[in-house]
Amino acid sequence: MTARAPSSAEQGGAAWLFLAPALVLIGGFFFLPVAASLLLSFTDFDIYAIADPANVRLLGLRNYSELLASPMFWIALRNTLYFAVVGGPLTVAVSLGAALLVNARLVRFKSFFRTLYFAPFVTTLVAVAIVWRYLYHPEYGLLNYALGMVGIEPVDWLGDPRWAMPAIILLAVWKNFGYHMLIFVAGLQAIPEELYEAAYLDGAGPWRRFVHVTLPMLGPTLVFVALITMIGFFQLFAEPYVMTQGGPLRSTTSLVLLMYEEGFRWWRMGYAAAVAFVLFLVILGAMLLGRRVRRGEVA
Amino acid sequence: MIHHRALVVPLLTLAAVSCGPRGSTSEITVIRLWAFGREGEEVQQLIPEFERQHPGIRVRVQQIPWIAAHEKLLTAYVGDATPDLAQIGNTWIPEFAALGALEPLDDWVNRSEVVDSADFFGGIWSTNTVGDTTFGVPWYVDTRVIFYRKDVLARAGYREMPKTWTGWRRAMEAVQRELGPGRYAIFLPTNEWAQPYVLGMQAGSTLLDSAGRRGVFSDSAFRRAFDFYVGLFRSGLAPTVGNVEIANVYQEFARGRFAMWITGPWNLGEFRKRLPPELQDDWATAPLPAPEGDSAGVSLAGGASLAMFRASRHKEAAWRLVEFLSSRPRQEKFFHLTGDLPSRIDAWQRTGLSEDPKARAFWIQLHRVQPIPKVPEVELIATRVFESAEQVIRGRRPTGQALEALDRDVDRILEKRRWILDRQARP
Repeated sequence: MTARAPSSAEQGGAAWLFLAPALVLIGGFFFLPVAASLLLSFTDFDIYAIADPANVRLLGLRNYSELLASPMFWIALRNTLYFAVVGGPLTVAVSLGAALLVNARLVRFKSFFRTLYFAPFVTTLVAVAIVWRYLYHPEYGLLNYALGMVGIEPVDWLGDPRWAMPAIILLAVWKNFGYHMLIFVAGLQAIPEELYEAAYLDGAGPWRRFVHVTLPMLGPTLVFVALITMIGFFQLFAEPYVMTQGGPLRSTTSLVLLMYEEGFRWWRMGYAAAVAFVLFLVILGAMLLGRRVRRGEVA
Repeated sequence: MIHHRALVVPLLTLAAVSCGPRGSTSEITVIRLWAFGREGEEVQQLIPEFERQHPGIRVRVQQIPWIAAHEKLLTAYVGDATPDLAQIGNTWIPEFAALGALEPLDDWVNRSEVVDSADFFGGIWSTNTVGDTTFGVPWYVDTRVIFYRKDVLARAGYREMPKTWTGWRRAMEAVQRELGPGRYAIFLPTNEWAQPYVLGMQAGSTLLDSAGRRGVFSDSAFRRAFDFYVGLFRSGLAPTVGNVEIANVYQEFARGRFAMWITGPWNLGEFRKRLPPELQDDWATAPLPAPEGDSAGVSLAGGASLAMFRASRHKEAAWRLVEFLSSRPRQEKFFHLTGDLPSRIDAWQRTGLSEDPKARAFWIQLHRVQPIPKVPEVELIATRVFESAEQVIRGRRPTGQALEALDRDVDRILEKRRWILDRQARP
């Protein structure tokens, strides 16, 4: 039998066949629910609607207008932006710093430190949060004890609306930097040694080598890490859910926490779906903004 | 396809039969009971006796963690998978009744020789009725009283808890002088709704109007309670903290960081277990003071009930279990197993609970309890209430403004309810 090249139609058919399992799964478990919740966000689906579908009203954009008019939404948006804008870059900076440290030639026990810094990332958040609640305790907490040693007045970390978000950010940075550190380490190891040697021969000190060799070579890694950090940080939920339940004075209520409360605590599904789509738009906006900033840099 | 199924069905039936109790196949009725947390664990010890008395009935108890309970019941309702019976927090009853998930129990109660509403605390029983229909039988009860440090109050010149708001406030001021800065007369977690609700009801506020259509939080009765509550924080008698920020309340209480705490019956057991032995004689409980007069102020009518689901196919058998668990001997035994306060008055007398010096405050208080408004939105409204209180406590808003905003907010929350009521009213 002679081999015959398959026609493009046959190829297309085969491709669809191979893609089908993945497409069915993605379609059924991702696109369909997304479309359904978009529809949901135009209704007032709630506990009464569960009792009797006749209790659903089509609201058009009223959920959205009510959301935009509610002070709670703006508080949650502000908190989320605060968390992402302060916590995101901080995480990137800390993980880059840690990556440089564990990758430095002088450091011994590299894999030990790498594991140590990675450990928080794989620890269950709830367990971590309980331990950190003790660290943050205004009277017996280790953190205030340490501050007291250098003469700083004790801070009511989780009880003071001004300090609760910084406290959450600190925890989140500590919890997440290990993962990004590993990505940076991989990026660092991919930089050819010759570049450093050449820069060294040209008389560049450690700082200039970092700025002119390491940073440009890490560019794509940096963009990737910044992107996933921001997306992740916009979805802040578990930390305040466990540590503060959104308080004090709603100072740690994030958009996702708001959505969770509206949806699964009060069963106002339509309203919660509207929160979800607004969050989607916020993240999309942030990403587009990030892209423009990057383009501006290149140009 | 068809012959496949033809093969599968007999196989499944065979499997089902072989799993069932030996010797009998048709006359056994299996009923499913969902119970939560510790109750779900301990109730299993009562079941063997029930099954001995009712050879034709088997009970399958499913234990569900409290935090998942509400969601699980709702999803079961949506998925048409409700059990025959469930333990149900009595503030949830209006919600599940509105869903039409629960079986009205009036006919069952009227025919029963075991369950008689007169045997139960009146305020508690009424949390189980919506309109004129009864949807649950109280299983155990819960309310709020004051737990306090006797020794600290004695040092401040008080041998017992005063009975009126004015006296109570003076006692707190005296205790505060005795304790000094950094300590507080009373711990009122700013993120708990029970305290502002209870004080409001004590002052005569109905919280919502009679049909549950709008909030009445800016009326004078609620305003009076709100001022009293907020005043405790603003004068430094209570710390402005929520309950998640205190790492270990029992330790703080033992150290004298605060001298009073409004909380519930589960803490009778916790105080005995967690406070050091030398402190066991120094703590006591008291019913809540009233705005004025000599009798205790009202408190929350809480607890859990046994409710039957409308979709149950074994209602007769399920009702037998309700009767069994509500009977006096089982109520006594359940109290010994869990420490939950019995819902039957005679069980209190038999166990000696009504004479127990530490539980006695609950005995008095339970005769003075009042349900919160029976609308499904009541807990959401409750969170709005403590949030506006917190705003005033922290000086973000003046009282009048906060209460007006609260009423507007509550009206928005109840908009759907008003729409549904209006639609039902139309012929």
